Amino acid sequence: MKTPNQMGWLFVLPVVALVAFNALIPMMTVVNYSVQETFGNNIFLWEGLGWFEKLLHSERFHAALGRQFLFTAIILAIEVPLGVIIALAMPRKGFWVPVCLVTMALPMLIPWNVVGAMWNIFTLPDIGLLGYLMNSVLGVPYDMTQDPVAAWMTIIVMDVWHWTSLVVLLAYAGLVSIPDAYYQAARIDGASPWSVFRYIQLPKMKTVLTIAILLRFMDSFNIYTEPFVLTGGGPGNSTTLLSIDLVKIALGQFDLGPAAAMSLIYFAITLLVSWLFYTLMTKDDSK
Amino acid sequence: MLSWMAWTWPTAFVFIGIFSAMGVLTLLEIRRPGGAERKGILRLTTTRGDRLFITLLGSVYIFLAWLGLIGMPLWTPLGLAVLWGVFCFWKV
Repeated sequence: MKTPNQMGWLFVLPVVALVAFNALIPMMTVVNYSVQETFGNNIFLWEGLGWFEKLLHSERFHAALGRQFLFTAIILAIEVPLGVIIALAMPRKGFWVPVCLVTMALPMLIPWNVVGAMWNIFTLPDIGLLGYLMNSVLGVPYDMTQDPVAAWMTIIVMDVWHWTSLVVLLAYAGLVSIPDAYYQAARIDGASPWSVFRYIQLPKMKTVLTIAILLRFMDSFNIYTEPFVLTGGGPGNSTTLLSIDLVKIALGQFDLGPAAAMSLIYFAITLLVSWLFYTLMTKDDSK
Repeated sequence: MLSWMAWTWPTAFVFIGIFSAMGVLTLLEIRRPGGAERKGILRLTTTRGDRLFITLLGSVYIFLAWLGLIGMPLWTPLGLAVLWGVFCFWKV
């Protein structure tokens, strides 16, 4: 059997070259660093898989990894249902559609470090609007600079505020693509709102929701800027997520070997979870 | 020019291995297009490329688990990874 036209490969070549230049070569360098001890003046000493072994036994790494999974699990559990509920409540026709869409898109347009700075100023206990309201007006003790629980609640609310819109917009795109005929058929059959959601809207949103969950997983698992600007990983180490710890090791302590080993484990986790998730969600389609 | 990349022979062999595997798959694909798609015992529809990916990703976890739970030397996980690869290309 002869394949018809192979010209397409030629057009893909520039992008392959670009990816090789900006992703593959740095990635290979990280692999090389992960098995060596680095010193100034490009001096490298062979270390083997020692960094990986030390890292896998390190309490600090386990703690950061645990916090990272907890963070991602919490924000996914909040953002996905909330995003779907908001998308269902949004109008499908008329004047309010663009208003809702633009309002929803606004948080995503703000740069990540600005979001962190905004929420920092907003939640500071003495001068921040929220901090002042909670402490002085409502009398609820709230100090995200001292109390780990408050710090966690703040980074979670910040992430929900920043990224639920993404789930909303994707779910909404799935919803508006459902033809009216489906709803008419459901009405004739006397379907309850729950049945309409369960058997019409949810299956039609499945693909876009898969993408939304995948994007939110990867983004939240690799999150750095917002919590770093908001809490700096504190109080103590309570909000030091994996990426913050990684940067501390790589740029704070300049331990490039352990940092490279850590990035590779980090990468392996992201790759496995994304692959598992994508495979499970698309399994039924290939029947 | 490449001194900043800090190449070592072992890591070079890893990449040579991965790229040669991809090269072999490309040649196979040219000779027999379609990727030998099938539904394996994990109930996943996989092509040759998928099976290579699952083999490599699984091997990474076999080595990491061994390092984390037991430690050096790594001959046993190497054997396990080879078995895993055989299993992936045979059954998955």
